Amino acid sequence: MKSNRPVNLPLATVIEVNMKSPVAIASILHRMSGIVVFLLIPVLLYILQGSLASEADFNAIKDNVFGAFLGRLVVFGALAGLIFHFFAGIKHLLMDAGIAENLESGRMMATATIAISAVFIAIAFVWVVL
Amino acid sequence: MKSATSFSRSGVSDWILQRVSAVILAVYFVVIVGWLIFAGEVTYTAWHDFMTTTFMRIFSLLAIVALAAHAWIGMWTVFTDYLTVRQMGAKASFIRLFAQIGMALVIFVYVVWGIMILWGN
Repeated sequence: MKSNRPVNLPLATVIEVNMKSPVAIASILHRMSGIVVFLLIPVLLYILQGSLASEADFNAIKDNVFGAFLGRLVVFGALAGLIFHFFAGIKHLLMDAGIAENLESGRMMATATIAISAVFIAIAFVWVVL
Repeated sequence: MKSATSFSRSGVSDWILQRVSAVILAVYFVVIVGWLIFAGEVTYTAWHDFMTTTFMRIFSLLAIVALAAHAWIGMWTVFTDYLTVRQMGAKASFIRLFAQIGMALVIFVYVVWGIMILWGN
């Protein structure tokens, strides 16, 4: 594969160009949210394990994880990642079906994905952290 | 990119698996969050009763298997995009293989841990 495309642009330039495109932003956030969720799976499994082990363990999770600001923040982080990945995934499946594949409609759906996720992530913040 | 570290032996199979596992995980996410929202005050008894029904045990197991495939294919995509000779230099293949093996071990731990939670005792 030979191409004259510049491959060694400074990172700042790459970011500057891509920040102008909601499609690019949605794409990189889809990736980053996937990595965040992958790394936070142990937290979710830990909570699941404790919550099902016994009533005492359930209460310990409630007090130690959800009773601490940091604990709630980490759970929110996982939830925020899941929410964005969920909506970006639906966008991906719709595009597989041939929906919103033009420049205009693609930009519109990327913007909608970011906006809808932002609303649900804000709700999650109120629900979990506050 | 050689497919020796891909999840299946074919890109099309990976493509389909990524989508099937995505739908399973999306429905599972909605079911769990939906239950938590509509349960009101979550008590141990209500949560335990819900999660240990045969349906939820099997659904959770399915979600863990789907997660394993989904994470494998997703992380493979990330590794093969960034852990490349262009980005990492001559040792890229070694670094990528190392990352891939580490990722496989992590996924294995997730699967075993998940099964222990759901089907242990």
